[in-house]
Amino acid sequence: MQGRDKDMDTAPIRSIREIPPEENVLSGTPACAGCGGLLTLRHCLKALGEKIVIVNAASCFTLLSIYPFTPFKNSWLYTAMACAPAGAQGVRDALDILIKKGKLDPEENLKVVVLTGDGSAYDMGLSSTSGALYRNLDFYYICYDNEAYGNTGFQQSGATPFGSRTATSPPGGVRPAGTQLQKKDLFEIWNSHNPPYLATISPAYPVDLMNKFRKAEQYKGPKLFISHSSCPPGWGFDPSQSVSLAKLSVETGIWPLKESVHGKVEHTFVPKKFKPVEDYLKEQERFAHLFKPVRQEDILKSIQGMVDEYWRKYKLLP
Amino acid sequence: MGKEMLTGNGAAAWGVRLAEVDYIPAYPITPQTEIIETIAKWISDGAMDASFVTMDSEHSMVTAAGAASATGVRTFTATSSQGLLYGFEMIYTVAGWRVPLVMVNVSRGLSSPITLGPDHNDILAIRDSGFLQIHCETCQEVFDSILMAYKLAEDERVLLPVIVNMDGFYLSFTREPVEIPDVETVRSFLPEYQPEHAFFKPAQPMAQGVAVLGGEFYSYFKYQMHLASKNALEVYKEVCGDFEQKFGRKYRAIEEYMLEDAEYVLVMTNSFSTLGKAAVKRAREKGLKAGLLRLRVLRPFPDPDIKNALKGKRAVAVIDQNISVGKGGIIYSEMAGCLYNEINRPLLLSFIGGLGGKNISPEEFEFIFDKMTTAEDTGIVETPHLLYTENEWKEMAGLKEIAGKG
Ligand SMILES: Cc1ncc(C[n+]2csc(CCOP(=O)(O)OP(=O)(O)O)c2C)c(N)n1
Ligand code: SF4
Ligand SMILES: [Mg+2]
Repeated sequence: MQGRDKDMDTAPIRSIREIPPEENVLSGTPACAGCGGLLTLRHCLKALGEKIVIVNAASCFTLLSIYPFTPFKNSWLYTAMACAPAGAQGVRDALDILIKKGKLDPEENLKVVVLTGDGSAYDMGLSSTSGALYRNLDFYYICYDNEAYGNTGFQQSGATPFGSRTATSPPGGVRPAGTQLQKKDLFEIWNSHNPPYLATISPAYPVDLMNKFRKAEQYKGPKLFISHSSCPPGWGFDPSQSVSLAKLSVETGIWPLKESVHGKVEHTFVPKKFKPVEDYLKEQERFAHLFKPVRQEDILKSIQGMVDEYWRKYKLLP
Repeated sequence: MGKEMLTGNGAAAWGVRLAEVDYIPAYPITPQTEIIETIAKWISDGAMDASFVTMDSEHSMVTAAGAASATGVRTFTATSSQGLLYGFEMIYTVAGWRVPLVMVNVSRGLSSPITLGPDHNDILAIRDSGFLQIHCETCQEVFDSILMAYKLAEDERVLLPVIVNMDGFYLSFTREPVEIPDVETVRSFLPEYQPEHAFFKPAQPMAQGVAVLGGEFYSYFKYQMHLASKNALEVYKEVCGDFEQKFGRKYRAIEEYMLEDAEYVLVMTNSFSTLGKAAVKRAREKGLKAGLLRLRVLRPFPDPDIKNALKGKRAVAVIDQNISVGKGGIIYSEMAGCLYNEINRPLLLSFIGGLGGKNISPEEFEFIFDKMTTAEDTGIVETPHLLYTENEWKEMAGLKEIAGKG
């Protein structure tokens, strides 16, 4: 299979001890302490290896490579905010041309990996992503979803959840919920294009993450990953809690871990007993207005209701 | 191969074919579409060995083109008007990547009102981006310029993308005889692209397009682009020399038409220059020492050639087929900047004409020459003249009446 990296182990792993020790994101990045997105990326690049080129869109992670430094062992191309998948198209097509014309040894092939935040993935980059999916581009897409435009100071994006505070959806007397709109379902938007592989991931579930990349490896075409990425300054919590918060979002059922192979959706982890969403919400400044000065019961109920409804739809609610 | 009757678009496609371009990301827009359709057909028939992909927008198209160029293949793309502006963000971006991409823009007026006829607000909107710009008068020139553009862009003293401009309809859809050389001769002029600066290889990982923090670092890279663009003036001369040797056709950054002894000079670009040349001939018949300077290379701006060519002229009229609303002609401002410090600078007059493909009639050229001689007599140069004939005015009045605004 073209694009297959012989170095990449594809057998599933069982425990965190089997995660490759090699680091492909080296230390010393300007990302915030406790950045869930960076932890996601660290695991993803352990799975992908060094023979990759990352095509990035404007986001926090654009600042990972600031001239003349880069924390990566692999290549990197920063494009702009809306068009990383189009950049991936150009790189992939060019690599294929070079291989076909005998100018690049197939052993020297690179995987093309798009890396963007939710702002690009859910909003501005939808057209270029849809185009890449439609053309069945052989690439990986890693979206670290911190549920807002983080780099510009945490404004509301299409990924921002209902009831949360962002810099442009502050709660107030007229709008007590803060964000009034529902988060878009990017998984379903992407899934409607019928890509060979699509999954949600979490930095708190590295084994699940690693195995999803290993599984994705066998498919030619788009391989897409959305990571629910805890963001200490944006969400308002102590950096030390980053992993436990990411874990809570899964345990409460807010972030379902799932995959879709050619459109067929399976959940890869279902909590035995769902924790109440409040356990997750009350840990974050961005939801503080739901609890004080008065409890906004209707909003809390409605958030819990939406989560229950999701799992009921899949008949997975105990 | 010999001579073929080709449209400007057809000539562009032939240029791409004989440059043996590897990769063409595309997106349709009138009046450019014939270029990409022609290429798509050749690829489908096996006449051309290249990859073609229809993108989801010009923004994506320019990105893919720049990214492929950054990966190390010879890349081409084309657009026009709204498409160029839709991709505007990436025009600046890929120029900063310093990749030797070649593009064609088929000029068309910008919305709104939305229209189809040509003018140069589209191409001039990207004049500060870092793309080099070659503006063509004939179909032959379109073909030739594409070959020259790759040679220029890929030269390591330059490493900037090049955009070749032609007028929509007037050139894009007009058939003219075009000399098509054989591929071997083209190869001897334009050898295979061997990227030495921009590529992706696992053995040599590289971060491209990276952020810089700090104005002093940002300025360094911007100045580098400017200096490379300036280098391109010299490199262009070499390219022209090579080209003439191989193909027998001679180009310069500017074209001087009956200029040597001229006293009254029109400055024009692109296909309407043909109208200007006819006007010069007529003026000469009436005894006026008229001439024309056509700007072929607009970026880098060929200041030395212009200064030299206009030394001692009495009056110069810049006909801008564009309008900087609230200021006037864009090229007029550039010419004024170029000539201001010359000791014997001519009077410089400004005319706006040909917007959206509006004709420039013989009467309008007469008006322009009149204005030049009057200005010379009085020493007074008026604000930009907006060319419009009485007939056009009447026609417009008719439309307004129908629209209920009469
Ligand atoms: C065309 C364009 N519009 C706006 C911006 C400003 N901008 C830069 S990063 C960013 C936020 C991106 O948000 P997201 O994709 O969620 O990534 P995050 O910053 O959260 O990591 C924005 C709006 C830009 N760079 N380009
Ligand atoms: S703002 Fe959030 S996403 Fe951005 S670097 Fe900091 S923690 Fe990571
Ligand atoms: Mg974000």
